[in-house]
Amino acid sequence: MGDNALILGQRLAEWLGHGPQLEEDIASANIALDLIGQARLWLSLAGRLEGGGRDEDALAHGRDQHEFRNCTLVELPNGDYAFTIVRRVLFDAYQRVLLGRLAEGAEGDIAAIAAKSKKEADYHWRHSADWTLRFGDGTEESRRRAQAALDGLWGYTHELFAPDAVDPDAGSLRGPWLELVEPALKEATLVIPADTAFMSAGKRGVHSEHLGYVLAEMQFLQRAYPGARW
Amino acid sequence: MVDAWQILSGITDPEIPVVSITELGIVREVTLLVDGVEVAITPTYSGCPAIHMIEEEIVDRLQQAGYAEVRVKTVLAPAWSTDWIAPAARDKLKDFGIAPPGRVNLFPRSVACPRCGAARTERLSEFGSTACKAHYRCLECLEPFDFFKPL
Repeated sequence: MGDNALILGQRLAEWLGHGPQLEEDIASANIALDLIGQARLWLSLAGRLEGGGRDEDALAHGRDQHEFRNCTLVELPNGDYAFTIVRRVLFDAYQRVLLGRLAEGAEGDIAAIAAKSKKEADYHWRHSADWTLRFGDGTEESRRRAQAALDGLWGYTHELFAPDAVDPDAGSLRGPWLELVEPALKEATLVIPADTAFMSAGKRGVHSEHLGYVLAEMQFLQRAYPGARW
Repeated sequence: MVDAWQILSGITDPEIPVVSITELGIVREVTLLVDGVEVAITPTYSGCPAIHMIEEEIVDRLQQAGYAEVRVKTVLAPAWSTDWIAPAARDKLKDFGIAPPGRVNLFPRSVACPRCGAARTERLSEFGSTACKAHYRCLECLEPFDFFKPL
C-alpha cells in the first residue's frame, strides 16, 4: 500500500511544471501530495511493526529496487497525459475498493489509515474518471490516445488481483473494481482489451526496468548525504 | 497560567489565516500533564504540508505560555471531516472569500458565490490553491473563488 502510493506519488510529481494546463499541474501536485502523505502513514506503521528502528525515511530512501513491493502499474513512465489519467482511473478504483475493505474489515492503525486515505481516493477517482470521459468521448485524437493507454495498461491490472501471502483474498477485489471501472470506461466510449495471461510481478519485488530510475531520482540525496535534513 | 484551549484557539491555519485550528476541528484533545500538556491533533489531508507548521506553532505558543513540556501527538481515527468545522468558522471562511463546505457529499449540487451569494457558479478545477480546496467561478459577478471541499 505504502509503496504503491509512494511510487505513483513520485510519478505524478513529475508533472509539476509540465502539466497540460495550470489546473492539471496543480491537480497532479495535489494528488501526489495526498499519495505521499498516505505513503508516510503506511511506511511509518510498517517501520513500527517491523520493530527494527527503521522510520518512514529509512524505508523510502534506504531500500533497493527488489525490496519495493509496489505493483508494476504505478512505476511505468507517465507517457502522455491520457496515459497518466487512464493509469490513475484504474489505480484510483483499486484504492477505493481496497481501502474501503480495509477501513471496515481491518483494525487499529490499518483501519484508521485506510479510512483516511479512502476519502482522498474518492476525490482522486472523481478527477480521473472525469478526465477519462473527456479524453475517451472527446476528439478523435484524444480518444485514440486514451484507448492506446488502456490497451497498454490493462495487462498490468492483473497483478492487483493476484493472490499472494500478504493477501490471499486479492482476487475477490476484482469484481467490485470492475463495477467501478467498466461503466466509467464504457461511458468514455473506451473498449476494454481482452484479458491475457500476462502477469507483472512488482508486488513480489520483481520490477520493470523503470523503477530503478524513479528510485535513483527519489533517493539520490539521502544516498549521497545519508541522514541529511532540511 | 492561561488555559491551553484558549491559547490553541489563537493559532490560525497558516493557509487560511482567518480560522483557528480549534474551529477547524484539527485539535482533538488536550490533556494536562504534571508539568505540561499533551495536544492531540488530526491532519486534514494526509499530505497537508501545513500540519508541520501547526505542530511547531502549538509547541512554541504553549511553551511561551509557561507549559514546560509540550507534546503533540497525531491521531488518525476518526478521520477528519469538514463536518467538524464550527459554524462561526464557516461564516469567517465565507467573509474571507472561501465558499464553506456543505454537508459531506462527494458531488455537491451547487456552491454559492462567497462574494455575491449567487447560486449560479461553475467549477473550474477539482483542485485549488491547496489540497483542501477546489477552484470555482461565479457566473453572476464573474469572480473566481475557492471552495472548501466537503470531506
